[in-house]
Amino acid sequence: MHPFLPHTDRDIQEMLDFCGLQKPEELFADIPEDVLLKKNLPLADGLSEFEAFRLLEKTAAKNRIESVCFLGCGSYDHIIPRTVNRITSLPQFYTAYTPYQAEMSQGFLQAMFEFQTMICELTSLEVSNASLYDGHTASCEAAVMALQACRDRNKVLYAETLHPFTKQVLRTHFYGTDVVLKEVQAPSGCFSLAALEEELDDDTACFIGQSPNIFGFLEDYTGCAEALHARGAFFIISSNPLSLAVTRSQGEWGADIGIGDTQVFGLPRFFGGPSCGYIAATEKLTRKMPGRIVGQSVDTKGRRAFILTLQAREQHIKRHRATSNICSNQALAALASTVYLSLLGPEGLKETALQNMAAARYLYDRLTALPGITGYAGNPFFNEFTLQLPKPAEQVAAEILKRGILAGVPYKTLDSRGSENLLVVAVTEKRTRDELEAYAEALQEVTA
Amino acid sequence: MKDTLIFEESREGRRGFTLPAAGISGGAKEDFLPKAYRRSTPAALPELSEVEVVRHFTGLSMKNYGIDLGFYPLGSCTMKYNPKVNEDVVLLPGFAELHPLQTAETAQGTLELLHGLITDLCGITGMRWGTLQPFAGAHGEFTAMKLFRAYFDHRKDDHRKKILIPDSAHGTNPASAHLAGFQVVELPSDPEGYVDLEALEEHLDDTLAGIMLTNPNTLGRFEKDIRLIARKIHQAGGLLYYDGANMNAILGHARPGDMGFDAVHLNIHKTFSTPHGGGGPGSGPVLVGESLEPYLPVPDIRRDGDTFRWASEHRPRSIGRVSGFYGNIAVLLRAVCYLRMMGSEGLKAAGTLAVLNANYLKRHLTSLFDSPDKSLCKHEFVLSAKTWKEKHGITALDIAKALLDRGIHPPTIYFPLTVPEALMIEPTETESRETLDSFVDTLKDILTTAKKDPEALHRAPEKMPVSRIDEVRAAKTPILRWRKER
Repeated sequence: MHPFLPHTDRDIQEMLDFCGLQKPEELFADIPEDVLLKKNLPLADGLSEFEAFRLLEKTAAKNRIESVCFLGCGSYDHIIPRTVNRITSLPQFYTAYTPYQAEMSQGFLQAMFEFQTMICELTSLEVSNASLYDGHTASCEAAVMALQACRDRNKVLYAETLHPFTKQVLRTHFYGTDVVLKEVQAPSGCFSLAALEEELDDDTACFIGQSPNIFGFLEDYTGCAEALHARGAFFIISSNPLSLAVTRSQGEWGADIGIGDTQVFGLPRFFGGPSCGYIAATEKLTRKMPGRIVGQSVDTKGRRAFILTLQAREQHIKRHRATSNICSNQALAALASTVYLSLLGPEGLKETALQNMAAARYLYDRLTALPGITGYAGNPFFNEFTLQLPKPAEQVAAEILKRGILAGVPYKTLDSRGSENLLVVAVTEKRTRDELEAYAEALQEVTA
Repeated sequence: MKDTLIFEESREGRRGFTLPAAGISGGAKEDFLPKAYRRSTPAALPELSEVEVVRHFTGLSMKNYGIDLGFYPLGSCTMKYNPKVNEDVVLLPGFAELHPLQTAETAQGTLELLHGLITDLCGITGMRWGTLQPFAGAHGEFTAMKLFRAYFDHRKDDHRKKILIPDSAHGTNPASAHLAGFQVVELPSDPEGYVDLEALEEHLDDTLAGIMLTNPNTLGRFEKDIRLIARKIHQAGGLLYYDGANMNAILGHARPGDMGFDAVHLNIHKTFSTPHGGGGPGSGPVLVGESLEPYLPVPDIRRDGDTFRWASEHRPRSIGRVSGFYGNIAVLLRAVCYLRMMGSEGLKAAGTLAVLNANYLKRHLTSLFDSPDKSLCKHEFVLSAKTWKEKHGITALDIAKALLDRGIHPPTIYFPLTVPEALMIEPTETESRETLDSFVDTLKDILTTAKKDPEALHRAPEKMPVSRIDEVRAAKTPILRWRKER
């Protein structure tokens, strides 16, 4: 007998008898002969739990994990409080389905209400939802919101400094539709209002920017919201939410929609997923929001209670006229981020952000003092910066990996049009002074 | 039980986590950032000690219900048991601490498993190759619709915009097709819930892009004419898409590829035992046949001898990337572990027992309710409380709420839309006969109350942390975040 299948032979026989059947095969008598599978599935034989775990443990060891990681570009190596996984491992949380039955799901609903509040606070915007898939697909959902909110427009502008993978996801998302995607040039690696104004017209539904951008620079959006709003277009900013602890938030820049990914708040890198997309918007866009939203109401006795609300936007009610097709989201990952933010609090988060900035600046200064290495110059940065190396970055990173350090992301691996000498380096609060010094030494040796 | 929000428990000056002393002496944001870049209003996050945070969230968990607590027969959601070992597997540092932009040479273990998973899922569905990028079922549907688009565009058949979807389909189907740029045409079902072949015939013209079907359908019935439908759609130049939400019913017994489908999505968080996490993360891989393979998303994972690598160059006609990195990897790795433990025989047994459990329950319950049919079902079936509503004023909602008080998660209600007062029941294979018997007894008890004291059911639930919630108020005057009282 299999541990996940409780039926004894006797159960099976008696249950079949009760159904008026003799053999299990008769349960599939309604499947036409020509599609009934007559051979075994081409899978390996089943293993015991012990054997399966052993096998996977061995396979995991084929991955090379370096404890000194300077890789970023959308996924970061931050300290994760042990408490986070303890909470998300509580069975009532992780083995629950979507909270359709609100009275039986008050715990998750309240946690998502708290998540929404935290996202609103960080972005300085008024409404949020209970998560999206990731920061990249969040850009698609935000663009769809803008397109739906201003109807007869079909142009979506995005910054050249957006993560190249976000651009690719946007292109796939709008492929085959009448939406026109247009890149706003950023000749110096930073947003330029003049470049935006060149592309902005009466067909423009929105502009999507990213700050910190793909090179790590914080964008200066002075005048951007005014320019967009004057033409009736929406302003969308994607941000690493940790940076929002200290840097000007989406709402403070006058954006209508703020998006990004909360992987930085308590989620392991997991080779890219699950992470957790977030979205927040101004109040007037409330009914255009995609995905699940938790609202506060009262029960029949007047007590505060939480429930999935504004469902008239959603696919199971509106079908093809829904604002989005989202059904599953990343709720458990959103819970992890809620726990993380509750533990750190405003001071802990600010301290984390400042430690990131201090360490990143120190390393930047050390590295750009080395011969032949210059910083890719531009605006101030948060915890990520880009170096111009004297050799191809992929080659340099491979050499430094021999010393047990993941040196950064060669920009060309994200964007084949990019310069091969650019290396994007992320520095978190996890990196010690010794690790920063070791990196500087390694880079000096490799580029000498 | 406390019912405060975490913000209401906050006290200025508390903290639940400390950082290592800074290796590099820090500074204030003023030292690092020119004024224009600085945040002016701090984010009002809560301030609590570690134990307070732990008690807050543990308290919340006690106001929630999961499959580990009891029966969860939520139709079309396949709430089967989530094996515990899977949770430990994904936390192995080799998996959890792998950065998505590490080189393929340093990620051989994970790439090998993902490549193997695509191979296994193709074997299970009878398809040729696929992508693991989609984050959820609906995302898989959307991805498949983009594949359809690319296929027709490449054939210069780009006027094909019509997608047929049965009226009993999951709501995500029409939403995904519409957002992907197609025109949705609703196809009526015949009285038994099958595709109405005459109605189908009317749409077989040169504007047809394809059809989205789940088989067995949402009434739990196997589409007996599926080969005929596939032939007709293909002859008209269209494609067939399989919504894998109901795949658990036919595991090891039939495969969408053999039925004639061109694209399939699977719900890893349903059929392959990964936890649903209170709404996600899920995972919705898409598998395709020969006709759609050239358009699959990039990057793809390829095997060269004993090594694995990302590859895009072999797919010049790809629709591109659908997820930032490569989907919900940790969810996929749980499925890998599940498949290793189940094997070919175990998986087939799961399909058999899922169907046995459904038929056993159906046989017990059809006499108590209006049932659209009494014949063999697959993994789920639909009952109607129409007569109970007419005679005793008891609705599907009342029955669902009464189940809450009796410690059982209710079935899916008011779906499919084609059945009035619908209760859609999917027991899954991991439930014992005793659990099913007890569910039958509980429903009988509720129906006895319905006759004797219907008011008691209208009051339900009474044993939950809250009673019925005012949904209209929530939507009419939305309160979507907490605010400090002034």
